Amino acid sequence: MDITNQEYKKLYQKASPPSPLLKDASLAFVTGGTICTLAQAIRNFLLSQGLDEKTAGASLSIILVFLGVLLTDLAIYPKIAKFAGAGTIVPITGFANSIAAPALEYKTEGLVLGTCVKMFTIAGPVLACGLTASVIYGLLYYIFA
Amino acid sequence: MEYVRAFLTAGVICAISQVLIDRTKLTPGRILVTFVVLGVILTGIGLYEPVVKFGGAGATVPLLGFGYTMAEGVKEAIAQRGFLGAFTGGLTATAGGIAAAVVFSLIGALIFKSRDRS
Repeated sequence: MDITNQEYKKLYQKASPPSPLLKDASLAFVTGGTICTLAQAIRNFLLSQGLDEKTAGASLSIILVFLGVLLTDLAIYPKIAKFAGAGTIVPITGFANSIAAPALEYKTEGLVLGTCVKMFTIAGPVLACGLTASVIYGLLYYIFA
Repeated sequence: MEYVRAFLTAGVICAISQVLIDRTKLTPGRILVTFVVLGVILTGIGLYEPVVKFGGAGATVPLLGFGYTMAEGVKEAIAQRGFLGAFTGGLTATAGGIAAAVVFSLIGALIFKSRDRS
């Protein structure tokens, strides 16, 4: 068959199923929204117990991380993530999941060289880049503000 | 109303991330890295503070908020300790979450059995 790239692209688009983009994005929207609404409820509870803003914020992070790790180890988090996509990746529970999942999975390769090394597969780059950004920002802020 | 705002803010952030994952070469790992760095930058130029004011936990719980916490920590540490704060602020502000993630994951790996990924 002798067709140009553009013709082929048209044929290809005709034959492909409709993009799941809208469905994916909606699921991510609802899941991420739900996780953070629950987080807001926990935060309000902590504030009602007399914690100040900063303590409540840090405590909330620790509670969410705990839940993220627990649900990962119970194999529940990956089941939600299967349909929720970014909705479970982007909240801090997803950060916890990115550490807990390889920590458990690579247990078979040893506690130190398996678990302790592999737990930073994703968290390592996040911390390296995040910290670098924060130090650069700090230097700029120190000089100019 | 506070809950609606948290839901909407987090929803929009997660939906945008999903579109990025579907439409670009950004893997979930890269999304996390991008969002933390972007959170620091947006906070630095003053664009994220209003989002936090509006969305509450909906803005601080997604990883953009992790970057926001780092940047705010840096500002505060510089106010207290001067130059040294540029280096200590980011990690100090996020220490609780990071330590919790590492320690709970390690304990979890000790307690739970490793599963097949099938």
